[in-house]
Amino acid sequence: MSTKTTEKTLTPPPHTEPVVFTRDMLDWLPWLEPLAEGEMTERHVASLVDAARIKSPYFRLLARDPAVLEARTRTDKDIFYNPEAGLPRAERELAAAATSRLNGCIYCASVHARFAATYSKRVDDVQRLLDEGVDAKLDERWEAIVAASVALTALPLTFGKEHVERLRKVGLDDAAIADLIGAASFFNWANRLMLSLGVPATQASAAKSS
Amino acid sequence: MTDVIDTLVGIAPGSKLDAIRAQRSEARKHAQASYASLFEPKDQGSVTADERHAIAAFVAGLHGEPKTSAFYAAKLPAALGAAVAAEVAAARSKGPYGLFPKGPLSSEDAPGPTWKVSEAGRKALGARLSAAFEHTHMLVFHPRDASAPSLQALLDAGWSTTDVVTVSQLVSFLAYQIRVVAGLSTLASTL
Repeated sequence: MSTKTTEKTLTPPPHTEPVVFTRDMLDWLPWLEPLAEGEMTERHVASLVDAARIKSPYFRLLARDPAVLEARTRTDKDIFYNPEAGLPRAERELAAAATSRLNGCIYCASVHARFAATYSKRVDDVQRLLDEGVDAKLDERWEAIVAASVALTALPLTFGKEHVERLRKVGLDDAAIADLIGAASFFNWANRLMLSLGVPATQASAAKSS
Repeated sequence: MTDVIDTLVGIAPGSKLDAIRAQRSEARKHAQASYASLFEPKDQGSVTADERHAIAAFVAGLHGEPKTSAFYAAKLPAALGAAVAAEVAAARSKGPYGLFPKGPLSSEDAPGPTWKVSEAGRKALGARLSAAFEHTHMLVFHPRDASAPSLQALLDAGWSTTDVVTVSQLVSFLAYQIRVVAGLSTLASTL
């Protein structure tokens, strides 16, 4: 009789889970076994795109399916880092932070709120989004961007012509609107991986594992 | 190679939206490469083509975006397609709901159901796909309720750790692709 061994999830080391949205740096502890650095093939390493990511248990876990990790990473980088035209970087990050706030991904929100604050210099507005949620009072332009991100995230999807018109009214051109669609949509991808494959931890609390 | 997002939105070469997507040519190329790596993989490992397409059709059906739903449903054998459609009809919901870690955010908790495949569905889909569908429903509508036990349920149903990574990527990629299709279709309708 051949029985396949059932694999087991990991129990993360003792840690403190953050209970509020924050711009602090957080750790992330996997519930599934990442690849060990030593067992990674050239293909696995290439899928990380950035060599430094080999230190991240999140990316070493995703490297178990290297083809999709590499394509996902390259999609991500162009949506957020390509400086050519479109939506300013700060507002691509705002869309990512708003999407993460609505879905409830405290880890993703922390990273992209930091970027939004850094690039916009509007620390108080970004923090208000984290503290109060997607209905926070910001300004007309940012409220339009957050509302569009919400309409592209909540199900059923409600993103309609009225959102496009509101974005145009606050100064977004078609390329900028397409960037917003890309950024909010991409975080519906990222949030689901981050939320479902492990757990965030405050940095002081997490044992520096792997 | 056909670009699936362009096809589903109906973006014609030389159109305004074609020019806008061309400004993010890497994102366009690698969104398509993501699709190819999930649905036309060089190495499919232990996740079969029917499993991949059944989960995709279920995700698209839950989102109710008509063009992506039709696209993935068309790739299924008839019996499996009917089983998926029956579960979609029973599983549609609103999202995102779910609980936050206990603390100040508990006031924002939006508790909701953990969905289960029907008895008939379990017979048609088998234990392995049924577990994947139940996990998928959580990922689509209430991802912040995810926990290690939800992953253990997949492992117990015969998915390996690597399979779980592939399935998680597939569902999450669809969450992206469907929104891009819906968003760009809306934008196109205003151009």
